Parts: sequence; structure tokens; C-alpha cells
Amino acid sequence: MYTQGLDAPGSKSMPAGNAATQRLEAKFQARIDAEEKIEPKDWMPDAYRQTLIRQISQHAHSEIVGMLPEGNWITRAPSLLRKTILIAKVQDEGGHGAYLYSAAETLGVSREQLIEQLLSGKAKYSSIFNYPTPTWADVGAIGWLVDGAAIMNQIPLCRCSYGPYARAMIRVCKEESFHQRQGYDIMLRLARGTAQQKQMAQGALNRWWWPSLMMFGPSDVDSPHSAQSMRWKIKRFSNDELRQKFVDFTVPQAEFLGLTVPDAQLQFDSATQHYRFGAIDWAEFEQVLKGHGPCNRERLAARRDAHESGRWVRDAAAAYAEKQRRRLSDQAA
Amino acid sequence: MQSANEWPLFEIFIRARSGIDHKHVGSVHASDAQLALEHARDVYTRRLEGVSIWVVRSSDIVASDPADAEELFEPARDKIYRHPTFYDIPEEVKTL
Repeated sequence: MYTQGLDAPGSKSMPAGNAATQRLEAKFQARIDAEEKIEPKDWMPDAYRQTLIRQISQHAHSEIVGMLPEGNWITRAPSLLRKTILIAKVQDEGGHGAYLYSAAETLGVSREQLIEQLLSGKAKYSSIFNYPTPTWADVGAIGWLVDGAAIMNQIPLCRCSYGPYARAMIRVCKEESFHQRQGYDIMLRLARGTAQQKQMAQGALNRWWWPSLMMFGPSDVDSPHSAQSMRWKIKRFSNDELRQKFVDFTVPQAEFLGLTVPDAQLQFDSATQHYRFGAIDWAEFEQVLKGHGPCNRERLAARRDAHESGRWVRDAAAAYAEKQRRRLSDQAA
Repeated sequence: MQSANEWPLFEIFIRARSGIDHKHVGSVHASDAQLALEHARDVYTRRLEGVSIWVVRSSDIVASDPADAEELFEPARDKIYRHPTFYDIPEEVKTL
């Protein structure tokens, strides 16, 4: 059950090296190795819990902040149909955030704490959402590339060892395919349009290609937590494996559009049957993660503003619930 | 872990179509049950996933403890005579 009150750890974490803890850890790992799912009230190592809280909450924050770059275009979508599609997509992102916050809460952290961590700037979210969307084609490129990269990451997470996270991901993945296809559909329409429209699509591809590759995270050699996450079956494939798969899937899609991937070193290697691609600018990635990307401050300011502007609604709902509760208890008395 | 001003948590159960059981799908925070229904509708039924929603305050759910799983469920393991395949019926006997 997704019940907060029930999943508080039964016993305070024991000192490391304690024989009883070691026995529990061995049993836990054996369950993971046997592909059993871990559920909220089951015993789990504290580090497993903390890793999941961090990962699931970052994922949830990314969905919520991810509503902003596209939300920017809702009022300016080129047709009523595109507008309704975009509203539905942005609403899905909010829904994904809600599923994921629920899953994180089963680990004993409260929604309030999570939101506070996002608004205070303490929590991280995907670097990709700190890039601007100057044209309508950027909305297409986000759906095609950003949601495409997200699907690559999220499909293996459907088999993650933690039950609530895996179940949330199954729901997310079912909806994500619509996001990617509507994005590609926008790109296709522009690529087949006037020279100016095609140029707009190319510009968006140029802006989003490298940040999309960065979404898979640091290279395996620089990813210290990966091995443990693999042992715990939170992660199933390495960052580099998933990135390679994304490039292999996406380059032919770009070719079909008649657009050029902005990488002079991109080349199909017939021996390995994979595309070789140029070096990623990890200094840029680090800068964006540290809060110095093109839109970091703007995104956080927009979230804080939305949270503050909605405060009166939350207060009114709480006051109404309290009034109803009092009325009921008066009637009973 | 829930502070006083955080909306309570509700567990959401959805019947996908008439004829099948309501199934647990997740949870939402809401100020009261009516709002929980509205939120559940927005969060969990954007693609015709259901024809009926139940919401239950999470704190009202009483659950078994995984530590008790063995004593609760193991006794059923050796009662194989509860299954029809336990009984060998001669082939000549039909429709049994």
C-alpha cells in the first residue's frame, strides 16, 4: 500500500557491521537477485531507501519543471488542435510528477518536504529543462528528443526492484509514447513545410541534440553510484549503453526528416552496427546542474510563483474541509 | 511524517469497466474525500482507465505486517487437498 503511516522503518537503523544487519542485507540482496519486488513495508537497507528517495524525487521534480518549457507555448500554439494536444501533454507531465511523488512518499518522505526541496533549490532535476524554447519547433524537438530520451531511460525502470516506482513507471511509459509521436509529428510537418519552417526545425534540432545526449547522465567511468544501483536492480543499463541506443534509434529518424544532426563526427560504424558520435561537453552539463544553465533561475522562479499564487486555493480547500468536518460533528452531537 | 497543514493522503481504487473489481492504482493528497475524487479523476483516468473510483483515507487502511507473512500465509502451503488436482480420478469417470 502507498500508506505513509505504515511504512516507517520498524527499527532504527542498526550500526553498520552488526551481524543482524548483515543477515538482513544478505536476505534482501537474495530477494533482489531472485527478481522479487521490494514493497514499502519490507525491510530495506537505509542506503537503498535514500538512493530511491533521491532518484524518484529528482524524477518527479523533472516532470513538474518539465511542464514549463512547453507550457510557454500553450497560448501561442499554431492551431486549436496543436493547442489541445499540448495542453494534454503538459497535463500528463503534471500527472507523471504526481505518480512519482506518491511513489517517493512510500519511502517515508512527505510531499511537503519534497516540494520544499524543489522550491528552495536544494533538490536537483533533469538538466534538460533549463534550456529555452524560443520557437514552436522547440516544442516538436522536446517531444521527439527529450521524451524519446526519457522513454529510453524509463522503460528499464518499469522492471526496477522497488514495486511502487516500477508501477509508476509503467503508467508513465504508456503515456510517454504519445508525447514522442506528437513531437515527431510537429517536426515532420515543419520539415515538409516551407524552407523557413524547415530551417526552424533544424534550429531546434541543433539546440536540443546535445542537451538530450546529456540527459543520460555522466559517462560510466564518471558515474560512481551506478554499480551499486545495478546490484540493487534500480538501474538495468549503464548511462553509456542507453545513450548509444538513443543515438542509434534517433539518427535515422533525423535523416527521414531531412535534417542534419549537429555533430560533424557522427558516423555509422558498420563493424559494430552503432553510430559513433562526437565528445559531449561535460563542462556545460556540470554548469547547468550547478544552476548556471540558460533558464535555471527562471524555472525556479516560475515554480515558486505558481506555488505562492496557488496558496489561497489550498487554504480555501482546507478551510472548507474543516467547516464540513465541524458541521458533521455538530450534527452527530 | 505528515505535518498538520499538509493535505491528508487518500488511496485510489479504480474499476476499469463494469464486471471487474476496483484495483488500487496509487494515491493523491486532498483536503477532503470529495476533492480526492476530483484529483483521482484528473490524475488516474485521463485515458478512459475507469468507470468508477473509490477513495479511502490512507490512515484508515489496516495492513498486515510483512514480518508476519510466514505465520499468516505459510499454513496454506501444506493444505494441498484444497486443490482439485490433489485427487486422482479414474479416467473412465467423466465430467468430474
